[in-house]
Amino acid sequence: MTAVLEIAPFAILADLAYWQVTSIRAIAGLAAVLLVAGTLVYVHLFKLVSFMQSRLGPMEAGPYGSLQLLAETGKFLQKEDIIPRRADRFVFCTAPFVVLVSTFLLVVVLPAGPDAWFISNDLGIYLAMAVSSVSVIGILMAGWGSASKYSLIGGLRATGQLIAYELPLLLAVVGVVIQAETMNLQSIVLTQAEGEIFGWSGIGNPFILTQFLGFAIFMIALQAELTQTPFDMPVAESELVTGYMTEYSGLRFLLFFIGEFATAGVFSAIAAVLFLGGWYIPGLDAGSELFNVIGPLVLVGKVVLLSLLIFWFRFTFPRFREDQLQKLAWKYLIPLSLANIFVTAVLKVLW
Amino acid sequence: MKLIPGLVKGLAVTGATVVRTVFPKRGLRTLIPAPSKGADTVQYPHVKEAPPTRARGVIALHEGNCTACMLCARECPDWCIYIEGHKEKAPPRRPGGKPRLVNKLDRFDIDYALCMFCGICVEVCPFEALFWSPEYEFSEPRIADLLHDKSRLSEWMETVPDFEDYETGSVAKKLKVPPT
Amino acid sequence: MTATESEQLRYIAAQAADARVNLEIETEGMTLNIGPQHPATHGTLRIVVKLDGEQVIEAEPVMGYMHRGYEKLAEVRTYPQVTTLVNRIDWLGSFANEVPFILAAERLMEVEAPPRAQWIRTILFELSRIANVTLFLGDMAVQVGAITPVFFAFRDREHVLNQIESATGGRFHPNFDRIGGLKDDLPAGWVAETRQAMVKIRSFCDQISELVEGNEIFQARTRGVGVVPADVGLSYGLSGPNIRASGVDWDVRRDSPCGLVYDQVDWKVWTHPGCDSFARFWVRLQETREATKIVDQLLDDIPSGPTMAKVPRIIKVPAGEAYVETENPLGVMGYYVVSKGDLVPFRVKIRSASFSNISIVPWLLRGVYVPDIITILGSLYFILGDIDR
Repeated sequence: MTAVLEIAPFAILADLAYWQVTSIRAIAGLAAVLLVAGTLVYVHLFKLVSFMQSRLGPMEAGPYGSLQLLAETGKFLQKEDIIPRRADRFVFCTAPFVVLVSTFLLVVVLPAGPDAWFISNDLGIYLAMAVSSVSVIGILMAGWGSASKYSLIGGLRATGQLIAYELPLLLAVVGVVIQAETMNLQSIVLTQAEGEIFGWSGIGNPFILTQFLGFAIFMIALQAELTQTPFDMPVAESELVTGYMTEYSGLRFLLFFIGEFATAGVFSAIAAVLFLGGWYIPGLDAGSELFNVIGPLVLVGKVVLLSLLIFWFRFTFPRFREDQLQKLAWKYLIPLSLANIFVTAVLKVLW
Repeated sequence: MKLIPGLVKGLAVTGATVVRTVFPKRGLRTLIPAPSKGADTVQYPHVKEAPPTRARGVIALHEGNCTACMLCARECPDWCIYIEGHKEKAPPRRPGGKPRLVNKLDRFDIDYALCMFCGICVEVCPFEALFWSPEYEFSEPRIADLLHDKSRLSEWMETVPDFEDYETGSVAKKLKVPPT
Repeated sequence: MTATESEQLRYIAAQAADARVNLEIETEGMTLNIGPQHPATHGTLRIVVKLDGEQVIEAEPVMGYMHRGYEKLAEVRTYPQVTTLVNRIDWLGSFANEVPFILAAERLMEVEAPPRAQWIRTILFELSRIANVTLFLGDMAVQVGAITPVFFAFRDREHVLNQIESATGGRFHPNFDRIGGLKDDLPAGWVAETRQAMVKIRSFCDQISELVEGNEIFQARTRGVGVVPADVGLSYGLSGPNIRASGVDWDVRRDSPCGLVYDQVDWKVWTHPGCDSFARFWVRLQETREATKIVDQLLDDIPSGPTMAKVPRIIKVPAGEAYVETENPLGVMGYYVVSKGDLVPFRVKIRSASFSNISIVPWLLRGVYVPDIITILGSLYFILGDIDR
């Protein structure tokens, strides 16, 4: 997540023309989404899961199969782009892009270093949560536009599920926001970096320590938001073939696929920023310019760690039924997160 | 209420498998990742698992023993064996004797696209002319190319392993593979 | 039993209430074709489901996409050739398919396999049960959404398949059973290797019970889903683990053994009073463990001697009729063989377990939700070849 900014360290950028800055930003945004998604696919989907099932995964393309993703991309690009005859063509064709757009918009608010960010928005996390809901529309479009019953059921399930889990996701964040007293993601990172635990500031104060309940709720809701097992009813392949993606092939399927993993990466990054201190690692001064270089790497490292959890759950657990999922969200997660907010608020006032 | 929830136990099982796969026990070098040793799969074209001796891979023909008696072709459940032969005069066994009539094999084809590897032909052959070989890499790009003739079948004779010993308590007689 | 009955009544009442609500808002139904090509049908079974939202109003299995006509084919194949056909009925536990046919033919010919052959037959029979049911244990987890267990299942099933292959020569289609005995004796070292394989299967069972059986999500998905009361199950002709999971203590291996040596072994028939999908999973898991115990005990004392009785080289079965059934991995499998004294059987009727097992599907699927369809189908565990023959 390289960075482009108006402020000091990258002074060269200040002299560039608007179109140059814009294209650099676009490339950085693409890199931030695609490189992270590629890393996650390789490290987790190809390797971790294979090891979990005591096999090796792809080994032929490149050393230890590291170029497998390029091969897969090439394969998908060659495939015929099939559009069902009775599909709603416009809706069907644009749906994957809508899903992907929400992912790209999410990256915008993520800070990757003290000066490395795309926009500094005081509503950062609020914007992220709002933008992430856009993908629901894309999924519903895909489900409706495919003119397939499996897709329709998958799309409807996805919508119900995503709406149900937006709430705990948001409510879990509120605890962090209360504690950090800001919605700006950069400030949240700095608050954690400069925080101290009972006067000891050795590791800052990552919010996972105080907001552990919020973190747990956030990760569970995240799992559902990303439609990963145990909450993958929308794509449940043993029931609905692949749910809303059933009729897609070729490039458009690839876009969905990228969208899935890129969103996993970006959401893990948000979780890392909110709960694990983002680009900051203990032992260095948070203001140091070094973080503009190693910050993105630290963040990617934390993303890989958090998404390891996501994929570990995904490949170990069976999936819930739709009604059980809703029950979990409305009966347990939302009351718990409300309680979390309450306790956090009370403690905040008392302290 | 159980002490450890089943969800955690499940995570432990998959996690343990990851550790066992990446770090197979290798004495002092336990912490060096060696997934290709720890995994239970083999990388097929590079590493090959040896099939057991009895594996029914492909049928090999001992051409010298075949008398074109057609028993195998008749017993085959899906009629995938094609045999043609003719009678030929052979020199007498003892000098001065009468010339003999022997069956000469002209054609012995097995259509592996039809064969279902039941092994009945090998079993019914009274002259020890057919054998199972564990060789399994004989796929062809076209289905018609799976019709293999007697020269190809005879080549496989070299891959036929010796019959293995029997388990204790058996009274079966161990057979021998005739030299080609 | 009463607890489950009242549970079931409550379930039915809840379903009926749901149906009434749906009637009041006049929702529009939808017909969903599950199959013939669908990830959950492991083969080509088609189920036409009429849906109201996600609730099933009516379900009808459509069979015959894999019909291969084995009963008719058997009428033009000699007796040794039939065994290679019946291998392909239940392709996961294929040795078990040969046994009842061979036993029926042996009964007609009035020969009996020597004890060593009977012992090895029973061992291989149990091995093919393990080969079949291990795959179920992984597959059931896939049906409810967990991916990893099925890889474990394939990995450890390999040990059993290797043993079957090194004894018979065929991994999937052994074709090892002959009228009057076996084709060949065991190779050297087989007994020791099989013992090791059994140890591995037992550790696989432990893994599965931690990974799947104990998992709260799995239990939530399967408990109370697809309840088959014992009397309904019996009237639909369920057999094998499916009926034992309804609490019916009926196992052909114990109750009417013929030709197999189960009476020489100390073992137990597992039943579960749950009647639901979880009970079916549990019974199969226990049966796999029990099968490893049976194999271990049988391996201890295989009698020595020949493996083939005296039978003529060309087999002509005297005229008569015989029906033999055995407890196959999927349930009770029987062959009704009619002979007119020919080289070929006059008529063979195959009673395959899966065919009866899925006849309960329309009854069972009424009123359930779409995800439960898959759970129920998975827990009934059918093999398409066994349905369509």
